[in-house]
Amino acid sequence: MKMLWILAMKELRDGFRNRWVAAAIIVLGILALTLSVLGSAPTGSVRVSELDISVVSLASLSVYLIPLIALMLSFDAMVGEFERGTMMLLLTYPVTRWQIIMGKFLGHVLILSIAIVVGYGGAVVVLTLVTDSSTEGWPAYAMMMASSLVLGAVFIALGYLVSVLVRERATAIGAAIGLWLVFVVLYDLLLFGALTMDKDQLIGQQLFSMLMLVSPTDTYRVLNLSSFQGVSEAAGIAGVASEAGLSGALLISVMMLWVIAPLMATLLVFQRREL
Amino acid sequence: MTVTCSTNQPVVSLDAVSKRYGSETVVSAVDFKIQSGECVVLVGHNGAGKTTLMKLMLGLTRPTSGKVNVFGSNPALASAVAQHKTLGYLPESVAFYDAMTGREVIAFYARLKGVSNSDCEHLLESVGLAEAARRRVGTYSKGMRQRLGLAQAMLGNPQLLFLDEPTTGLDPGLRHQFYELIDALHKQGVTSLISSHALSEVEARANRFIIMKAGVMIASGTLDELYLQAALPVRLKVSVTPGQAYSIAGRLGGGLNIDQINNEKLQLSCFNADKMMLIRRISDLGDVIRDLQIIPPGLDEVYSHFMNGERS
Repeated sequence: MKMLWILAMKELRDGFRNRWVAAAIIVLGILALTLSVLGSAPTGSVRVSELDISVVSLASLSVYLIPLIALMLSFDAMVGEFERGTMMLLLTYPVTRWQIIMGKFLGHVLILSIAIVVGYGGAVVVLTLVTDSSTEGWPAYAMMMASSLVLGAVFIALGYLVSVLVRERATAIGAAIGLWLVFVVLYDLLLFGALTMDKDQLIGQQLFSMLMLVSPTDTYRVLNLSSFQGVSEAAGIAGVASEAGLSGALLISVMMLWVIAPLMATLLVFQRREL
Repeated sequence: MTVTCSTNQPVVSLDAVSKRYGSETVVSAVDFKIQSGECVVLVGHNGAGKTTLMKLMLGLTRPTSGKVNVFGSNPALASAVAQHKTLGYLPESVAFYDAMTGREVIAFYARLKGVSNSDCEHLLESVGLAEAARRRVGTYSKGMRQRLGLAQAMLGNPQLLFLDEPTTGLDPGLRHQFYELIDALHKQGVTSLISSHALSEVEARANRFIIMKAGVMIASGTLDELYLQAALPVRLKVSVTPGQAYSIAGRLGGGLNIDQINNEKLQLSCFNADKMMLIRRISDLGDVIRDLQIIPPGLDEVYSHFMNGERS
C-alpha cells in the first residue's frame, strides 16, 4: 500500500508540475459555470430546479470531455516509460508490476478527482451563492460528479491498455483518439441510426437496455439522466430507465466492470512484457 | 528483509543460460557464478550480450533456456521483488523523468527503497550533484545523468551492484572518483558486476573477468588465468654491443623467434614456458649483452587475442 501511495504521489506531482491539474480544473470549472448560468435562465415556472438542469447539460457534455481528459492523462503512462527507458530502472526497485499499474491509476484518478471536485464543485458553490437556489438538486449533482469520476476511471484504465499494447507513443495517441471516437461518437451514432431505420421495432426494450450497457458512456448517461426524478423530468426522459429495467446499482456495477477489466488486461500484458 | 549469504553460496549463478529474441540468439549457454564480495567485470564489444545478461540477472527478461539464480531465487519471479532492496542497478545510458529535479528523482527512488532523505543529500554530494540538485534533470549533461544514475544505484547500501558501462560520459577526474567509490564499496563486502568494453580501465579493480563475444562466454578467470589461457608470447628486447646483433642471433641458435633485428638491438619473442631458458642463454653470452628488457603481453593484447581468435 505504501508503494502504491509513493507511485501515486509521483503521478499527482507530475500532474501539478505540467499544469495538467490546473488545465483540467479550468476547463471543467468554466464548462460547469457557463452551463449552469445559461441553464438557469429558461427554467421559468416549470417545477425543475436550476441544478437539475445543470446536471442534464453537464452530464451530456461530460460524456465528451471526461473521457478525453482521462485518455490524455493515461495514453502515455506505460509506453512513455518504456520508450524513455525509465520503466526498466523502476522495475529494478522493490515494486511489483501490479503496484506500478495501480499506483499510476491511483495517481491519475486523484488528478481527475481534484479537477472534478474543484471544477464542478466550485461551479455549483458559485452558482448557489449567486442565485441562492435551493439545495434539493444537490444529491443529483453529487451523483453526477461521482459518476463522472467513474467514467474518467474507465477511460484511464482503457488508456493504460492502449498504452501497454503499443510500441510507440505516436501509436498510443492515435489509438486513444480512436477509442474516444468509438465510445463517445461512433457507437451512439450507429445506435441512433439503427433505431431510426428500425421501422419494425426489431430492437426491443430488452435489447436496447443491453446496448446501453455495452458502452460505458451510455451507461453513464442513463445513470445520470434517470436516477433522480427532477433530472429525468428536466431531460424529458422520465421513467425511461426504470422501464428499461436498468437500476442504478446495475449501471454502476457495469461501469465498475469497465474499470476493472481493462486494468486486469493491462496487468496481464505488462506481466508478460520483457524489457 | 536482509539477505545473508554464506561464502560458499554464490550470490549470482547462471546455468546454461540462453536468450533468443525471435531467431536471433543474444546469449548462448552462459555459465558462471559470482561469489559474495567479488567484483566481476563483464567485457565485450557492443552487442556481445552484456546488457542482456544483466537484464536476465535483474529479472527484467526471462531466459529462453537455462537457469538464473540471484540471492538463491529466480529473479524473474514476482516474489524476488523484495530482494530489489539490496540491489543497485545503473543501466547503460540511464534515463530519468526529465521534468523532475535531480533531488526529486533521488527522493522518489529513495522512497521506493525506504531510504531516508538525509542519505539522499549525502549521496548527491558524493557524486558532485549537490549544486545541480535543484535543476531539472532534462537540463543535465550526459556526465551529470550518469552521476545521478550512480547515486540512485548506491541508494540503500546495496549488497549487489549491477553497473552497465558505468564510466561512459565521465571525465577522467570523475572516472577516478568513481573507481574510488567502487573500491570503498568493495571493501565493505559489496558484490559487484561491472560491464565494460575496455579491459585496461577496470583491470586493477576486478577479481575476475568474463569475456563475452557475440553472446558466447569465450573466457573467464582472473587476470593471471587469462594470460595463461591466451598463451601470448613474451617479448624480449636485447641491447648488445654495436655490430654484434647478427652474430649473437647466430650464437643463440636455431628455433629463435626474431621479430626485429638491427645493428645493436634484437627483439625476440617466446612462449612464457620457454622464457627462463632463453633468458639464461642470453645472460650466458656475457658482456656483449648490455641490457635486457622483458615485455609481458599487455591487457589489450590479451583482450584482442580473445576477441579475434576462436574460442580457446
